[in-house]
Amino acid sequence: MILPLRLDEVSLTIQGRTVIHPLSLEIAAGPATIILGANGAGKSVLMRLMHGLLSPTSGRVQWRDADPDRVRRMQAMVFQRPVMLRRSALANVQYPLQAAGVAEPERSRVAAAALQEVGLHHLAGRPARAFSGGEQQRLALARAWALHPEVLFLDEPTASLDPTATREIESIIRAFDASGTKIIMATHNLGQARRLGDEVLFIHQGRLVERALVDRFFNQPASAEAAAFIKGELPWV
Amino acid sequence: MHNFPAILLDDELWRIVTLSLQVSLSAVGIAMALGLPLGAALAVWRFPGRDVVVVTLNALMGLPPVVVGLVVYLLLSRAGPLGQLGLLFTPGAMVIAQTILILPIAAALCRQAVEDAWREYEEQLRSLGVEGLQAALTVLWDIRFSLLTAVLAGLGRASAEVGAVMIVGGNIDGVTRVMTTTIALETSKGDLPLALGLGIVLIGVVLLLNGAAHLVKEAAQRRYG
Repeated sequence: MILPLRLDEVSLTIQGRTVIHPLSLEIAAGPATIILGANGAGKSVLMRLMHGLLSPTSGRVQWRDADPDRVRRMQAMVFQRPVMLRRSALANVQYPLQAAGVAEPERSRVAAAALQEVGLHHLAGRPARAFSGGEQQRLALARAWALHPEVLFLDEPTASLDPTATREIESIIRAFDASGTKIIMATHNLGQARRLGDEVLFIHQGRLVERALVDRFFNQPASAEAAAFIKGELPWV
Repeated sequence: MHNFPAILLDDELWRIVTLSLQVSLSAVGIAMALGLPLGAALAVWRFPGRDVVVVTLNALMGLPPVVVGLVVYLLLSRAGPLGQLGLLFTPGAMVIAQTILILPIAAALCRQAVEDAWREYEEQLRSLGVEGLQAALTVLWDIRFSLLTAVLAGLGRASAEVGAVMIVGGNIDGVTRVMTTTIALETSKGDLPLALGLGIVLIGVVLLLNGAAHLVKEAAQRRYG
């Protein structure tokens, strides 16, 4: 187990602009955590700090497990726009397995099972770059699924998808959740936060303004900013 | 004076064409082998003074062939530092000169292609636990068909070039005479049909190679997306 994840007075300043103000929190295994906030609030940046793609200007990001290799291997991230390699769908899922040292025939077996899980097994041999946006996102989820991560970060995974593709993606995310993977997802979509989340971290202008269970957050938001966001008064601030 | 069909059946002509291709393709091969990794490293490696190197490399794409020819001539001439190699006025010297001309093209175009792709791939690869050399090789392999552009640009430069091969090769009949130097010579001698015939062959060869490269790229695109 690499969870819980602790952020200790973590802040990030890029070119003199403070994107994340000093912030401390602990994320434990179990409930799906939604990082909610308007565009530009700092959701994606916060996630990249957690995932290790960005280093904090000050403060520390700590996992329970101190071994950096294990920590890296036990987490995966699905981006808003996933990058697919110029090779087949199956080869795209095999790629990180190979990097992680998974040998054949295990590698092919795991990759094929992951494609089955997201309903893309019939397109396994097709070039991944030719897939639609929704299919590419499912493929990105298959790539994550194959790694059996303990934590799955999702950065606005459906922001550029149509409703049908969004439903498919959401059902795969539920499958991850059901399989015991900890979900940490950034979104600005209130409906999605309600559908998939157990708890909400509400971010506003680089600060953690509120943390609450989903029902409580939507019914009785404690902060004025969260109340306004839910009412739709500051959707793009 | 030759007439057209006779020129095209001429043994000597085909010797010239073959030598031209040998020299240019060897130079392209060597320049790519050195320049592509150099460009890829430059794309992903941040170090002080990198901008100066990038600008210099880009500028070197416009290196005047006669100047390169002159420098290589001085290096290879009997009194020069590499004189004892005895390469002056051989096809080897021509390959060296053309390699120097193509190397900046290979490196600069590769740097640009890898840098653009790197911006797209870096986060995703790091997230998948792939970093450093392995990540660079993944990107290089993924854009391998885009790098064909660099190869073609290099080939274009090599096959069109006359100044450098003239100086270091000497345009010796049967030894270092290539298409461009023959065209220059025959034109000055007034044998315009031969010069023109060679010109047409030269353009045909370049068209053929570019067409082949295009077909390879198309097929790859269909197959790998």
